[in-house]
Amino acid sequence: MSQDLFDAMRQSIIDGDPEQAAALVQQAIAQGLDPLVALNQGFVPGVNYVGEQFAQGEMFLPELVVAGEAMKAAVAVLEPEFAKRGTERQILGKVVIGTIEGDIHEIGKTLVATMLSASGFQVYDLGVDVPVMTFVEKAREVNADIIAISALLTTTMVRQKDVIEALQDSNVSAKVMVGGAPVTQGWAQEIGAHGYSEDAVGAVAVAKRLMGLA
Amino acid sequence: MAGILKAVANPKLSLNLFTPEEVQRIHQATLEVIETVGVRFPSRRAQEIWAAHGAHVDAKTGIVKAPAHLIEAALKQAPAMYTLAARDATQDLPLDGKHVWVGTDGCGVEIIDLYSGERRRSRLQDVEEIARVADALEQVAFHWVALSAQDKPAHTRGLHEIAAVWRNSTKHVQTESIYNESEAKAAVEMATVLVGSREALRQRPVLSLMQCTAPPLGHDAGSLDAALIGAQAGLPVGFMTMSACLTTGPATLAGNLVVGNAEVISATALIQLAYPGAPVFYAAAQTASDLRTGAYTGGGPEDFLFGAAGGVLADFYNIPISMGSFATGAKEPNWQAGLENTFSTFMASIVVSDMLLGVGFLHGSRIWSYEQMLMDCEIYEIVRRVLAGIEVNSETLALQAIREVGPGGNFLKHKHTRAHMREIFVPEYLDRRPYNVWEEKKDGPRDWARQKARHLLETHQPDPLDPAIVREFERIIAAQER
Repeated sequence: MSQDLFDAMRQSIIDGDPEQAAALVQQAIAQGLDPLVALNQGFVPGVNYVGEQFAQGEMFLPELVVAGEAMKAAVAVLEPEFAKRGTERQILGKVVIGTIEGDIHEIGKTLVATMLSASGFQVYDLGVDVPVMTFVEKAREVNADIIAISALLTTTMVRQKDVIEALQDSNVSAKVMVGGAPVTQGWAQEIGAHGYSEDAVGAVAVAKRLMGLA
Repeated sequence: MAGILKAVANPKLSLNLFTPEEVQRIHQATLEVIETVGVRFPSRRAQEIWAAHGAHVDAKTGIVKAPAHLIEAALKQAPAMYTLAARDATQDLPLDGKHVWVGTDGCGVEIIDLYSGERRRSRLQDVEEIARVADALEQVAFHWVALSAQDKPAHTRGLHEIAAVWRNSTKHVQTESIYNESEAKAAVEMATVLVGSREALRQRPVLSLMQCTAPPLGHDAGSLDAALIGAQAGLPVGFMTMSACLTTGPATLAGNLVVGNAEVISATALIQLAYPGAPVFYAAAQTASDLRTGAYTGGGPEDFLFGAAGGVLADFYNIPISMGSFATGAKEPNWQAGLENTFSTFMASIVVSDMLLGVGFLHGSRIWSYEQMLMDCEIYEIVRRVLAGIEVNSETLALQAIREVGPGGNFLKHKHTRAHMREIFVPEYLDRRPYNVWEEKKDGPRDWARQKARHLLETHQPDPLDPAIVREFERIIAAQER
């Protein structure tokens, strides 16, 4: 009985179907299933499958993104249930992410947020054109492990450094990762960022490394 | 000074990419998108202009929905042809639909150092040196700012960059790295100093401005404001879409063209509403994102088709185009770079894209390579010659020579051969040597390109800029820096 439900949950992730994923959570709750069991035996295998298929070149980025969206939908319905039962899903870490002030480029940043979220990070997406101090304040508020800062312009990229300095001044100890088309490993090193990735899939690996998980 | 600039001129070869009905469908779909979905114009000034002309402006989202007739009427105001002026008037570039002019690509952030071979961050000196080498090359007709002067403050960097190019070259400058109002004003001031007066600048625009759109269906406020400043001064301005299948555009090529076209023509219409008759150009560098990484690819069949499609659309709107070609995704000058840059340049050139960007980059326009720059010039030279086609007339049919040589002879000694042999292409960067010569030296095109670049950098003396003008540039930049 439960196995059919788990299979359907796994499939909803593979199909990238957020409505179906959310509906299956409701069904599981109605049946009195432990939400943690639903997560770990239903949805996580779906995410793992998609990740493996992607790594083998059998599935592509758009499929990865919709799987991430489905996972997000499932978690959104599961979260209140965890709270009710006083349990928590295991998260890999808390990430505050945004595109830096003066820069409205969104897609790369959102892609990274989706990938991180699908991989088990708790992600706080501040959007675009985010002031330096907003990163710092949000990181303090949620006790973030990682701050991820995107920039697509050479002129806004320089403000990634301002965030790192502001974090130091404010004694916020979150690790910083940077990205965006003009950003390079060299720039990341120069400004004292802890991590850099050129693409969204690589960003997950970097975030895991920063959490000491890989 | 370089010799006569080399352009693709009146190519004999042609391409039938779309039927007229297909172009019309793309156009109609674009108008529908602009009217019903809208395009985001986050600049207050742009919103005011749209509102004054009856477009629907959502003040909260900045999304503008403009009726088809407004867009079409505005686009009709744009001049079909004009000339990009150069410091040296013999290097002026007529954008007349008959020529393809190549520029340096931009705006990257790293460079393969010409001497150490190391990859490092770019600085102002690189902008100067690339401009100087480009000044010496006959295939390079104008400049983009190749690299970001990252050792200069962000808010005046664009000004340092154009000053650096002008100090080192007499050719036209099209900057793609000035995208806010105050820097654009200072750039106009600098261009004015160069030609003497605001009126002279209108007649001889030595500077043009290229702004990127923010796909899908958006613009950046600073870019819009900067373009309006440029257009007010009579500088040619263009909006470049880099919408990419899968990410910032639909997966289908036609759909991605609609998204990019909506961005470009809506912004172009805005300029015409503000300054009717202002010189504008279409600009595009569309591609398909990589299926695995989502990254900008800078090559592949979709990229090559987009390279020609933009030109067809710009012709439909009867305005010049600045088209992204070259820009390989390769990490070093290699097989991939040769393949991608040849194909993209061929496709953009056969539809006579007026301006082609540009030579010199690796890794999707991020890393400058002098070797790639010179090899790109050779690619362009080959494309240029292919597009010229085969001339057929009594002299080229060579019947007299054939008669005189007859069966079993050879043409080496015939005077017809000497009269025409210099029309045959002589490569600089193709290895046609005997095998044993290569085996002994094990060198190749990259080495020769590097040597040539070093030679040009060390020996080429551009016509110096009047020191009084240089001082004025410095004053304008200093005022901006305060």
